[in-house]
Amino acid sequence: MDKIIHSVTLDTDKCKGCTNCIKMCPTQAIRVRKNKAKIIKELCIDCGECIRVCPYHAKKAVTDSFDMINNYKYKIALPAPAFYGQFDKATKIESILHALIKAGFDDVFEVAYAAQLITKRTKELIASGELETPIINSACPAVVNLISTKYPSLLNNVIPLISPMNLAAIMARKIAEEKTPYKGSEIGIFFITPCAAKATCTKFPLGLPESVIDGAFSFKDMYLKVVPHLNDKECEQDLSKAGFKGVCWANCGGEVVSLELDNYIAVDGIHNVIHVLEEIENDKLSDVEYVEALACTGGCVGGPLAVENNFVAQTRVKKMAKTARGNGEAPEFDMDLVWQTPIKIRKQRNLDDDMFVAMEKLAKIDEIYDRLPKLDCGSCGSPSCRALAEDIVRGYSKESDCIIKFKEKIALFANEMLDGSDNVE
Amino acid sequence: MNSFKVQYTIDGEDFSVAGEASRKLKKVLQSLGVDPQIIRKATVAMYEGEINMVIHADGGVIDAEITPEKIHLFLRDKGPGIPDIALAMTEGFSTASDNVRELGFGAGMGLPNMEKYTDYMNITTEIGVGTTIEMIVNTSLS
Repeated sequence: MDKIIHSVTLDTDKCKGCTNCIKMCPTQAIRVRKNKAKIIKELCIDCGECIRVCPYHAKKAVTDSFDMINNYKYKIALPAPAFYGQFDKATKIESILHALIKAGFDDVFEVAYAAQLITKRTKELIASGELETPIINSACPAVVNLISTKYPSLLNNVIPLISPMNLAAIMARKIAEEKTPYKGSEIGIFFITPCAAKATCTKFPLGLPESVIDGAFSFKDMYLKVVPHLNDKECEQDLSKAGFKGVCWANCGGEVVSLELDNYIAVDGIHNVIHVLEEIENDKLSDVEYVEALACTGGCVGGPLAVENNFVAQTRVKKMAKTARGNGEAPEFDMDLVWQTPIKIRKQRNLDDDMFVAMEKLAKIDEIYDRLPKLDCGSCGSPSCRALAEDIVRGYSKESDCIIKFKEKIALFANEMLDGSDNVE
Repeated sequence: MNSFKVQYTIDGEDFSVAGEASRKLKKVLQSLGVDPQIIRKATVAMYEGEINMVIHADGGVIDAEITPEKIHLFLRDKGPGIPDIALAMTEGFSTASDNVRELGFGAGMGLPNMEKYTDYMNITTEIGVGTTIEMIVNTSLS
């Protein structure tokens, strides 16, 4: 099996072994064992819900250190459009791009601008009728991971196009090689990311054989570097190329607006996305043309690495999209944007490769589950009683991990002791 | 163990829990390692059956038996029965009430979808007594 790499990781020193993350994880990918959370790699989709919910900030998204830009002679920043919504001091996209240059980059390339070409190709794909409906967007890697992990039968519905971020990186590199004397490894391309899932994608892109991005910096890390340089009045360079149709991708519903679709569902928040995917699997949405599904509430503005409140950021991005300088038309770029490597179905977590053995294990799970208190309290370290029963059968837990069962046992033991002492008297 | 058997009781009149049994079956099939496309076929067929039981028959009982070769589903209800099976199998034909339609159900696709997603379907029905639907989904991919 291919190694699955994640950006979401645990700071074991900070983890108290509480059960907040195990209860919120949409794929039940976390267990608490020996007072520390453990992420089951095969199930983690990098959505970052655990980062949001951890009260001790023990869950982190691994991004790169800003110092790494010094390893390159020509440094290009790729800001995600949601980045524009993070600053109360900036009302113009231009001033944010300008501040990025002052923060140390030589050039910027807006992911929103690349998104305009993705929009055009997506329209063509929809018109071709080749995809199963409803067509599901692929811009949110956490959603694509969710589909390949839990809803693999829907992979044929997913738009097989590379993400705006990766297209932006490829375009930026080509332009830099043409207009500067720098080549290859002299040019460093850095994505400014709202989330863990996209940070992972900078290293292991969906649909591309290898990474096209040299590093990923979080919104949080870049925020403080950009703020001191923000100045709406002094922006002499014309850096901004993106228009309304690109910038609005930052918010949930933006993609369908730029696609000019009527018959769509735009759903945000990973748990809501799960409900919609269930509906699609049950064949209840075959009359819907397009589903824009984004893991974070509000879309990328609600990313776990964002600084600003997502509702505030949404409004700001909406305003900025309206005044964006570009005309929103797709940039000219000669490249086939279709996935070069297919998205693999993640190995399903069956109980055993031998179905008869799996059946016996399943019967055993039911038997154990019947004995458990069904409180789903999570104190055992598994997210529910059912999950504990499964973990016991898989050999990762034991029945006495259940605090209620343990208490019952102690009570029984204590009673026996009392009875015993009566006999002595 | 030659097969895995599981029984689901379907509550009538409660749309909020309709679909729960097929969701549970999906988990069972996943843990047994059944192919995702096959799982989808079986769960859609069962979901439609489950909804029908809630809409028309005040619930019922679903028995599922899974072997490495096939998924065998028996849906039994004590509902009003189906007067004209051929008519009921027509896409778009529905006897669901307006109330039910307002909830987004009753599009007349239930039985046709059940047939579409299964490899074998047989309906036995008696007016005033109930309906039994037997469905088989083969687990081989061919």
